[in-house]
Amino acid sequence: MTEIQPIIRLENIDVTFEQKKQSVKAVKNVSLDILPGDIYGIVGYSGAGKSTLVRTINLLQKPTHGNVVINGTYLAKTTDNKENYIASKELRQQRKKIGMIFQHFNLMNERTVAENVLFPISHLKLSKSQRKDKVNELLELVGLANRANAYPSQLSGGQKQRVAIARALASEPEILISDEATSALDPKTTNSILQLLKKLNIELGLTIVLITHEMQAVKEIANKIAVMEDGEIIERGSLLEIFTAPQKQLTRDFIDTATNLEDGLRKVKSQTAIKNLQAPDIFVQLSYAGASTDQPLITSLFKDFNVTANVLFGNVEILQETPVGTLLAILSGKDTDLTAAINSIKKQNVKVEILKGELA
Amino acid sequence: MTWINRTFPNVIQLGWSSDLGWGTAIYQTLYMTFVSAIIGGLLGLIFGFGLVLFAEDGILANKPIYWILDKIVSVFRAIPFIILLAFIMPFTNFLVHTTIGVNAALVPLSLGVFPFYARQVQNALVSVDDGIIEAAQSFGATTFEIIFKVYFRESLADLIRVSTVTLISLVGLTAMAGAIGSGGLGNIAISVGYSRFEADITFVATLLIVIFIFIIQFVGDFLAKVSSHK
Ligand SMILES: Nc1ncnc2c1ncn2[C@@H]1O[C@H](COP(=O)(O)OP(=O)(O)O)[C@@H](O)[C@H]1O
Ligand SMILES: [Mg+2]
Repeated sequence: MTEIQPIIRLENIDVTFEQKKQSVKAVKNVSLDILPGDIYGIVGYSGAGKSTLVRTINLLQKPTHGNVVINGTYLAKTTDNKENYIASKELRQQRKKIGMIFQHFNLMNERTVAENVLFPISHLKLSKSQRKDKVNELLELVGLANRANAYPSQLSGGQKQRVAIARALASEPEILISDEATSALDPKTTNSILQLLKKLNIELGLTIVLITHEMQAVKEIANKIAVMEDGEIIERGSLLEIFTAPQKQLTRDFIDTATNLEDGLRKVKSQTAIKNLQAPDIFVQLSYAGASTDQPLITSLFKDFNVTANVLFGNVEILQETPVGTLLAILSGKDTDLTAAINSIKKQNVKVEILKGELA
Repeated sequence: MTWINRTFPNVIQLGWSSDLGWGTAIYQTLYMTFVSAIIGGLLGLIFGFGLVLFAEDGILANKPIYWILDKIVSVFRAIPFIILLAFIMPFTNFLVHTTIGVNAALVPLSLGVFPFYARQVQNALVSVDDGIIEAAQSFGATTFEIIFKVYFRESLADLIRVSTVTLISLVGLTAMAGAIGSGGLGNIAISVGYSRFEADITFVATLLIVIFIFIIQFVGDFLAKVSSHK
């Protein structure tokens, strides 16, 4: 089997800002491969270096060290410890294949929607009717037809971002970089923009790099995640891996902002049913991902093992069409039945954590 | 007619087309204002754009060039206009082979107005959001496109506004240049009206200057308004 070539390959990227008094290492030795068709989420708190890292992809930020390879073309390359960059004419060509959208939309205020959208392809000498068709096609794509002659100041935030997306797609790029594109929008608008990005990913095969400090946004559409802290990628993997088995505390914190599991756990633990837990009852956390949820778990506990479950908290996420769930429950029954039940659950690929009480 | 003759005797006497006539003076003021506005304006635009493009965070960041542009503008900005008039006389003589009259006045007027305009242009351009410039770069725009299609277009309303202010202060400078013999309405107000105690002449000359400034302001405001969509 031939390996799929990454559309974006970052190798050992360093970005250091030399300032008057000190130098700031914004990105430290980061390597990252992004495959065609990925929606790659990069999450981290503000100041982690996310923007600086992704801006190296189109060389808006020149890396101090390291290789930037887009579709096999080196935009930046380290040879003999010296950093070389692609010539500016070729860079402009490469940039046309990498669209970018921003937190504050960055539309030109003095140009209409149509003029904004056509800006990246103004070098193509299109006829008036071709221009019109192109604008219509792009605005249709982002669900904003018939606002072509409006000025940005007449649009809502969500509409502005749609125009910005249309503009970013004008030169038919293969890659779209989204730097906090939904961070200035309300939750409902955020969701509609994310769904639009997902649609573009599926329909156009667009590779999307999605930077955000909101895990919720990544959870919605990404298939892979990297977590950044202090200029480094501290954890990476598929969405499922990251959500079901996070390794780092920061990752867990981020996931929690999207699931509220920690909060649920804290509230449940303070309930009297937990405080007054009587042996042999046990308080458990059941975590599952994928097919195992198709089994009627709770029902079978009672039917097959005579164990009753008092569910105190439940949360199910659908990540990339895969259900990922967490249950907090008190299981009651006879010693032996409990042990048998737990063993059976484990066999179904459900992770069991006993939070209080003991098995005999 | 008799009322006018009685109230403004000297105004009428000055006539329209003699060397010191009203028509001549109006023409001279317009000539000095607009020709030096074009020369000083171009210099100001070039320096103003230079100060933004070559600045540390500009798209053509270049410390030495920025430093030179900045110092030239600062130095000329610091010289009071009335001193500049005298100070650059040898240079004026070299350039237009005379030190009196409207053409001689063009040199100090252009040099006097350009640093002022350059700073105003700089301010107008700086107020274009960095993000907009960055977006244009991300779409592979050329430097030329960024200058004319982004900076210029996006700050057009501001540029018109600062041009209006500059043009108005330029009218003031022409009056000052007039005082040292370059002609124009300022010249009439001072060297005729004021020196000969013919107050009616000073009054009318001033009135004409004020009307001129009002027209500039009105047109400028109108153009700025129709070219802004923020
Ligand atoms: N142009 C710059 N000059 C100096 N420091 C910078 C510059 N851009 C970013 N930084 C610094 O680099 C670090 C990472 O910033 P950034 O990439 O914007 O983080 P994020 O996008 O994750 O919020 C921060 O400490 C920031 O202050
Ligand atoms: Mg950022």
